Amino acid sequence: MRAVFTLAHLVIIEMVRRKDIYVLFVLTALLTLIAAAANIFDDTRVVRYLKEISLTLIWVSGFVLAVTSAARQIPAEREARTLFTMLAKPVSRWQFIAGKFLGCWLACGLALLVFYAFFGAVALSRERSLDLAGWAQAISMHWFMLAVPVALALAGSLLWAAPSSNSTLTLVACFGIWLLGRHLHKVALGLPEPGATLLTLVYFTIPHLELFDIRDLIIHRWPPVPWVFWLGALLYAAAYAGMILTGAWLMFRRRPLN
Amino acid sequence: MPHSAIVILFLISLALVTSLEPWFQSWQGNRAQSADLLAVLLGDARRAFANHFFIKADAYFHSGYYPSIFDNRTAFQTPHMAADAGALEEKNTGEEDDFLGPPRDWIDAFGRRFKPASHTHLDHGGAHSHTHSHGNGQPHTHGPAAKEIELGESQDVREILPWLRASAALDPQKVETYTTTAYWLRQRMGKTTEAEAFLRDGLRANPDSYEILFELGRIADEHRKDPARARNLWELALAKWQKFELPKKDPDTFSLLQIASHLALLAERESRWDECLHYLGLWKAASPKPDEIEKRITEVRQKIPTANQAKRPAPNPKP
Repeated sequence: MRAVFTLAHLVIIEMVRRKDIYVLFVLTALLTLIAAAANIFDDTRVVRYLKEISLTLIWVSGFVLAVTSAARQIPAEREARTLFTMLAKPVSRWQFIAGKFLGCWLACGLALLVFYAFFGAVALSRERSLDLAGWAQAISMHWFMLAVPVALALAGSLLWAAPSSNSTLTLVACFGIWLLGRHLHKVALGLPEPGATLLTLVYFTIPHLELFDIRDLIIHRWPPVPWVFWLGALLYAAAYAGMILTGAWLMFRRRPLN
Repeated sequence: MPHSAIVILFLISLALVTSLEPWFQSWQGNRAQSADLLAVLLGDARRAFANHFFIKADAYFHSGYYPSIFDNRTAFQTPHMAADAGALEEKNTGEEDDFLGPPRDWIDAFGRRFKPASHTHLDHGGAHSHTHSHGNGQPHTHGPAAKEIELGESQDVREILPWLRASAALDPQKVETYTTTAYWLRQRMGKTTEAEAFLRDGLRANPDSYEILFELGRIADEHRKDPARARNLWELALAKWQKFELPKKDPDTFSLLQIASHLALLAERESRWDECLHYLGLWKAASPKPDEIEKRITEVRQKIPTANQAKRPAPNPKP
């Protein structure tokens, strides 16, 4: 496990040094503050539209950060030829995959902490209180959800040589699931065969990232999700990430390094 | 050779510019003529965005419990915030609490735990309105919650305003945006001046809108306590309605009903009986329940002799 943590630590340091997180954060903050400057009939207590804009930008930034960082890990190591040195000994291939995944995922978690702290500040500036339970659920569910795109991008980097094509395809898949995933079965029921069966199959196969999107509950101040369902969602994300990582390891195990 | 080709191409493009530029300036589809940045950037697509933001405001009115295009929308054909404001005639049917139907599979059932799950309105407190859980763990709302809501909470309806403002900015010809916004501003937020100013903006963009004139009349009557001004505005609204709606095959009787009923009630209040009977006749023609208006006409007719008697000077007892 030590090798895994060392690799993860290196990935986090690399991500902190890169400018991606800062650029995305500044963009999110800037757009939210511009929206906050709008005069809504001289009422300074209007807040939900700000929360929605801020959370949507955080979600988009989260996807971009997770996918782009994970997609470049293996190609970058291969290009710099450090992959061969690392895998010579004592790092095994599963440790390499696990270390890269853990590094990207933890870095995403750190970034989310900063983003959600900003979101909390925006909400607090206009509302009298912050729903801490809801806030904690939102950040934890978002973080666990990002494990799936990170794993997908890592697996994708073994299928597609160029990080750009891998990032694009993974992002399209993630955004597609996020926006349309929960409607696929409904649409399938209205389709003729074999489209209906195929779409139903897709619906039951894909990781339902939209389950983790509790923005509406946070924006409109609904009560938090019952904790047992919250835990179920985290396990669901962990299971999918685990499955995808196992698939990635199986692919990587048989692949010649050059 | 390449130099002469460049010169020839330059001359051709110059000739094309001299013929195309005048045509482009007079072309109706030329967005550069508009002073509105949004119109230049989005063109007619801004109407689609405006409609999206109007619906978004209604989704906020329901605290996020709202059907998508894939769900059963029969109970949401008319946005509830506009129907409650009297800006649009309600054409909703079906069950507004159950547009999702029973869960189709375990993912659907599980996913509903992470979305708003009960039908509430922001003016009744929204998500705070008497929401609790039973054994199934699903939060839901009971009964008319309005009584239990303090004014502070019911003012949460302010949250729909940014989307309505954006909708009006994108499509200034969408009249219901102005009337809906003005209703909630004056009725729930107590911002009569802002409501009136917003309606005046709408009237500048839609000078023939009888709906906006009617709403301005309501502000004059209910908030400014100026019945003469209200009558003038409503009479102008009626004249506009007759000019633009009467020739139509399917006129907007909902607006006529509102204008005529308010004019009739104002005339009754001011004991202008002939006027009152005239507007009651219009109200009856537009009403889906003409029998009830007929009863009202009879009541007013009965009042007239008594009122005339009261007006007549008392006979002088001395010769």
